[in-house]
Amino acid sequence: MSDNQDDVLVRIRDLHFSRGDRKIFDGVSLDIRRGKVTAIMGPSGTGKTTLLRLIGGQLRPDSGSIEVDGLEVPKLKVSKLYELRKRIGMLFQSGALLTDISVFDNVAFPIREHTNMPPSMIRDMVLMKLEAVGLRNARELMPSELSGGMARRVALARAIALDPMMILYDEPFTGQDPISMGVIVQLIRLLNDALGLTSIVVSHDVQETATIADDIYVLSEGRVVGHGTPQELAETDSDWVKQFMQGLPDGPVPFHYPGTQYAEDLLAGSEQGRGA
Amino acid sequence: MSVIRKLGKWGLGTFERLGRGHIFLYHTLLGIPEVFARFGLLVQQMLSVGVLSLLIIVVSGFFVGMVLGLQGYNTLVDFGAEQSLGVVVALSLVRELGPVVASLLYAGRAGSALTAEIGLMKSTEQLSGMEMMAVDPIKRVIAPRFLAGCISLPILATIFTAVGVIGGFFVGVGLLGVDDGAFWSQMQAKVDFSEDIMNGVIKSIVFGFVVTWIAVFEGYDCVPTSEGVSRATTRTVVHSSLAVLGLDFVLTALMFGNI
Repeated sequence: MSDNQDDVLVRIRDLHFSRGDRKIFDGVSLDIRRGKVTAIMGPSGTGKTTLLRLIGGQLRPDSGSIEVDGLEVPKLKVSKLYELRKRIGMLFQSGALLTDISVFDNVAFPIREHTNMPPSMIRDMVLMKLEAVGLRNARELMPSELSGGMARRVALARAIALDPMMILYDEPFTGQDPISMGVIVQLIRLLNDALGLTSIVVSHDVQETATIADDIYVLSEGRVVGHGTPQELAETDSDWVKQFMQGLPDGPVPFHYPGTQYAEDLLAGSEQGRGA
Repeated sequence: MSVIRKLGKWGLGTFERLGRGHIFLYHTLLGIPEVFARFGLLVQQMLSVGVLSLLIIVVSGFFVGMVLGLQGYNTLVDFGAEQSLGVVVALSLVRELGPVVASLLYAGRAGSALTAEIGLMKSTEQLSGMEMMAVDPIKRVIAPRFLAGCISLPILATIFTAVGVIGGFFVGVGLLGVDDGAFWSQMQAKVDFSEDIMNGVIKSIVFGFVVTWIAVFEGYDCVPTSEGVSRATTRTVVHSSLAVLGLDFVLTALMFGNI
């Protein structure tokens, strides 16, 4: 733990980031509080995953500040950044398990890379982590033999292998059947509280996220458009946030792709037909 | 106007990629010392890059040697010089065909596999996952593969040459009746260790370095989609084959050309 013990673990201020000509973030500021599950929500393509990569230092912002546990991530040297990453677990959407080694070896991977523990102790640690996600008896399987939900749970066991201070979840609910979705929803909350973690969940699954999040930020078009507890956001006045939270097909985000009016288009077609 | 713009864009893109390739090589070379500390990783890669390429190298070497024996004999016999068949076969293999053909086969067999493997690791976020676990993928994934390739190809080329000589011997002496003693003694007399054999070995070291560099870079730099991986794999085979043939001319000119 660092000396920095204030309530906010990740502090983002006036973040700007673009890919080519496309602006992804245009002045985003947000705080992730310690010990809480914070959700970052928004429609597909709003750069939620990009935000996680910025926090993890895999991308550099154009401007603005990203502070994790008192350290300014974009300015860290590679060695310091790697030190910080040892204290951050990340769960990728695909699981990102190493496909050529077994479940056991996947979970043991970060422990073997970063510690000099004897094999017997590594075995105990791996079994503890796998027990926490309910897959202790699947340790001999290869990643190709796992279902999508199981792969994500193994990846979660790997993410907590080094007892991190924070876990970043990238779309943890996407493509899951109801049972494995329920398991993962429960695990995120349980692990956060039992291990005293801080969790950032990036998702567009409103219902599942709202059940476990303490705090939600809603992003759209590079800006924070809503912030509050799930309850506060459910009662919001903003039409945009209301449309997103309730999944309404039409509203400030139109159902129809912008362009000419329907009637105009039809008339233009019939005129062309007459002309021909 | 648009042609000039496109040309400029292409030029800038090519130079940018070349720059990225060299920075990548620099980081890979920096990661090499750590590979020695974890010898198991190197041995594992030597197996998949080197040992698993052995079959194609041995079979092709034998056939190339046999063809050389046949063609060499047909030409030499007109001049009554078929006793020199051993020299022709050995010099062709040691100086040129051994390093060049082995490198081309290596690019197709091991180079493409390296690119596809690394490209798939990238597209399934395994490399990114390692970075987030504070493990440098260049040190953990790239450097052992690069070093394994650099060590394997010279050995494979040597095996190719040796098997090729046996293939030439099989056809020349075994089937066409060239004198056994003349075949070996002329070869021994005319093939110089430093002039011929060492130059061949130097070629194979250079080719091993370049082909493996291209293969691992294309994988690491590919667009992380299935189409991107397939394009990168194709590029590896095309670029490394061209690089081998082009470099072979340059090296031959420097070594034997008196230019």
